[in-house]
Amino acid sequence: MLGYVFRRILFAIPIALGVSVVCFSLVYLAPGDPLQTVLPPDATAETIAIVKHAYGFDRPIPVQYAIWLWHVLHGDFGRSIATQRAVTLEVFGSVANTAMLALFAVPLSFITGYSMGALAGCYPGKIMDRVVTGAAVIGVSLPNYWLGLVLVILFAVEYMVLPASGMGQSGSAAFVLWHWSDAQFLVLPVITLAMIPIGIIARTTRAAVADVRNQDFVTTLRAMGLGEGAVIRHVLKNASPQVLAVMGLQFGYLMGGSILVETVFTWPGSGFLLNKAIINRDIPVLQGTILALSLIFVLTNLVVDLLQAILDPRIRRA
Amino acid sequence: MSATVQAKPYVDGRDRGGAAQPMLIAKELQRHFKVKGAGKGAVVRAVDGVSFTLFKGETLGVVGESGCGKSTLARVLLHLVLPDSGDLVFDGDTVGETRGISVADLRRQVQMVFQDSYSSLNPRMPVQDSVAFGPMVNGKSKAESRRIAQDILVKVGLRPDLFGPRYPHELSGGQKQRVNIARALAVGPRMVILDEAVSALDKSVEAQVLNLLRELKRTLNLTYLFISHDLNVVRYISDRVLVMYLGQVVELGPAADVFAKARHPYTQALLGSRLSMDSSKRIESPPIVGDPPSPINPPSGCRFRTRCPHAEAVCEAEMPTLGQWEDRSSHVAACHMTNAQSGHSLAGTA
Amino acid sequence: MNKPVALAVAEIPADSDFDGAPATKVRGYWQSVGYRLRHDWVTLGFGVIVLLIVLAAVFAPLIAPFSPYAQSIIGRLKPFGWRGHPWGTDELGRDMMSRLIYGGRISLMMGLVPVVIATMIGGTLGVIGGFAGKVANTAIMRTMDVFYAFPSILLAVAISGAMGGGIVNGIISLSLVFTPAMCRVAETATAQVKNLDYIEAARASGAGTLTIIRHHVLGNVLGPVFIYASSLVSVSILLASGLSFLGLGVQPPEPDWGLMLSTLRQSLYVDPLGCALPGIAIFITSICFNLVSDGIRAAMDVRI
Ligand SMILES: Nc1ncnc2c1ncn2[C@@H]1O[C@H](COP(=O)(O)OP(=O)(O)OP(=O)(O)O)[C@@H](O)[C@H]1O
Ligand SMILES: [Mg+2]
Repeated sequence: MLGYVFRRILFAIPIALGVSVVCFSLVYLAPGDPLQTVLPPDATAETIAIVKHAYGFDRPIPVQYAIWLWHVLHGDFGRSIATQRAVTLEVFGSVANTAMLALFAVPLSFITGYSMGALAGCYPGKIMDRVVTGAAVIGVSLPNYWLGLVLVILFAVEYMVLPASGMGQSGSAAFVLWHWSDAQFLVLPVITLAMIPIGIIARTTRAAVADVRNQDFVTTLRAMGLGEGAVIRHVLKNASPQVLAVMGLQFGYLMGGSILVETVFTWPGSGFLLNKAIINRDIPVLQGTILALSLIFVLTNLVVDLLQAILDPRIRRA
Repeated sequence: MSATVQAKPYVDGRDRGGAAQPMLIAKELQRHFKVKGAGKGAVVRAVDGVSFTLFKGETLGVVGESGCGKSTLARVLLHLVLPDSGDLVFDGDTVGETRGISVADLRRQVQMVFQDSYSSLNPRMPVQDSVAFGPMVNGKSKAESRRIAQDILVKVGLRPDLFGPRYPHELSGGQKQRVNIARALAVGPRMVILDEAVSALDKSVEAQVLNLLRELKRTLNLTYLFISHDLNVVRYISDRVLVMYLGQVVELGPAADVFAKARHPYTQALLGSRLSMDSSKRIESPPIVGDPPSPINPPSGCRFRTRCPHAEAVCEAEMPTLGQWEDRSSHVAACHMTNAQSGHSLAGTA
Repeated sequence: MNKPVALAVAEIPADSDFDGAPATKVRGYWQSVGYRLRHDWVTLGFGVIVLLIVLAAVFAPLIAPFSPYAQSIIGRLKPFGWRGHPWGTDELGRDMMSRLIYGGRISLMMGLVPVVIATMIGGTLGVIGGFAGKVANTAIMRTMDVFYAFPSILLAVAISGAMGGGIVNGIISLSLVFTPAMCRVAETATAQVKNLDYIEAARASGAGTLTIIRHHVLGNVLGPVFIYASSLVSVSILLASGLSFLGLGVQPPEPDWGLMLSTLRQSLYVDPLGCALPGIAIFITSICFNLVSDGIRAAMDVRI
């Protein structure tokens, strides 16, 4: 097991480096001189010289990458073009806000999706299964930003029971989770965000459970006189590695894929920051946010793989 | 069958050295596989210095326990797996040498029927296309290839109109193996390697396929290398027998001799386990005890000594060699007991 | 030595099918897939809807009652049926129905083109990676792993965000997003058959690598790749409209469902129903593609 943990961590390092290369090269994907993308349009000649030196744009690209990576490893992503604040600070604050959404969306979607899928998988072909399968397809086919708009129309415009957007008057600095006046701002974004993961997790769980139920050992268990409840426990346990893998992916998506939902609700999270950065063509912020989010994603995958290895000994030997 | 195909005298335009020249000579063939997770540099000695001669028109049976390297040897002979070292001479030409025979040419003349009749046919292809594939890639036109396939299907006892358009999953095990034989024969080989060609079949079907193979061999002037772990089958079909143990040849000789008077204790043990039901014919050696040692770290000296009832100090110190052999009738074994000078207490008795 | 009893069997008659009754029906893989699909009414039904959406998009100039670009200052955000506009008008007074019909063209294109590109590139790379030796495999698959390490919407946003908006950039970034997963599917399918005996047998018959891939590998890879590609179409439509919604995909004044959603959003409080329409279009298209893809998967996931 320890050997597997070690190998898996070793495997994540080149991936993380590759991710950093992709983020670094975003500057070069942008049309025009990369220098322009990191400079405010009204920069003086002096600023240009300073920035040029700081970014080393006069050096060969691999050297530039090394310099950039060196800075990043020291927590320095440069400065935002739009706000002039350190990118690290901006990214940190916004990722914390995204994490707050995920904190609620994760249990909501995991528990709902898993129970739906397990129910459907245990009664394949029955009404329950049809309803869940239908609902899950709807969940994965919904454009979630549109769902967000519809929820706003219903609950904020028509019935006016929930706020439409933002984080409340106090903003993110003074947000207090256990005050309803602040917490109510979470409700709609969390529900919207959870919709796709619910659909995906329900579908996967259903497929995994139905698959396990068809295996020979289940018949053997029944033949041994085990009660239906005990059989279902065995089935769910055997389906868990597959379900876990998908849950891990979905956790990553909730952290990194919330840009549309955050934009709809102007929730000041990482996605919203990303959107602002795109509008302002603020490449340092774009780079920093994407690097942070994808590293979280890499890390999640690592943790999930290790968890899976604990659950399923076969994986360790592969 | 004899009604449709006339027996021809032994003539083949591709025959170069005449009947006296061996079809295939293997010299010190070796193939090791790297293994992961068994320490640095660990290798499986799947084929470890195998030499033998296959004469034209004969059937050489290859026997040995599971994992002793029979399939790997077969693949090495076709260069499907490249040998680490050693030479292969086909009808006088060394394989892969500039003045010898190319691998592509070798594969036109040597074909193989694989162990697993299911996985050796493409499930997405009607079997007639599988059979026609060989001629097609060897430059025949589509129509010509199809005609060859139909002929061959008839020869293996399958009606082309009935079975040709079927997919492998619509055939029984015996029918699939017939198709596999047809697939190998469609290329027009002179030599066929049959790797456990009948092992997966049940007894009655096995007998039918074996008889078919004998018939085809006679009518098409084929030479067989027949791999099996079933001694009865090998006894039935082979002219000579080669016994393998952990990647090496331990005994080689005419089938009748080997079965009547095995010289290597391993062969004796194999035969003993086969005959143990019949007490009157039981050979005076205990059946094999224990599992074969790991092919990753084989024992020093004689590889069989860990399971041999006659093992002595010399067996641990020195690896016995296969004795000198000259022709089809020599019977040799790699055992110190066959060599009077070896220093084994029973030397010269075997 | 005792005689092998089981082998004492008489000669076999030449051309009879002695071991097994003749099969009555001869059916190949694709025929059985077709048979299953023809009897799957749900999939057929949703397939018809997909077909109608595609036809409407193709023949948009014939169906659309108005030009999708014609603006009107006095006719902004009008309700259903206003002056012959069946579904009202948008925030610039353009006919809603016409824009939705024309929007289908771009949205469907954004759903299909990246999937096709990713299938070709990823599929080819995957087959090469699966069939080639260890070095090529490692090089290809580890590169793919890097792109796989981004949540898909994030990668699409990153690339489009850096390159700037526009249909072409959107297609490029979505193709890049789908390629790694496609490559994995193709690689897995290839590696599964690569070591099967019939590939060895084909090599032993003297076939070259390309011939083997064409005749014996592609048939096994196409199935899984096609199943996966069909499931990506709906994802691609959703992602593409998401990009447009963020201002990264299609640019105004082109009619695109995602973009319409984004501009109509400003008038959310005035005209909530109009704002919902493009979303309904995206939703219906995406769910139909999803269900058809599910049907295709069910029909093709047969062991033979
Ligand atoms: N491609 C390979 N990579 C690594 N090891 C291999 C490979 N092919 C065969 N081996 C190993 O080589 C040894 C010999 O295998 P081989 O298939 O030749 O045995 P065999 O005599 O045909 O056995 P069986 O009777 O079960 O078919 C085995 O230990 C096997 O694990
Ligand atoms: Mg074998």
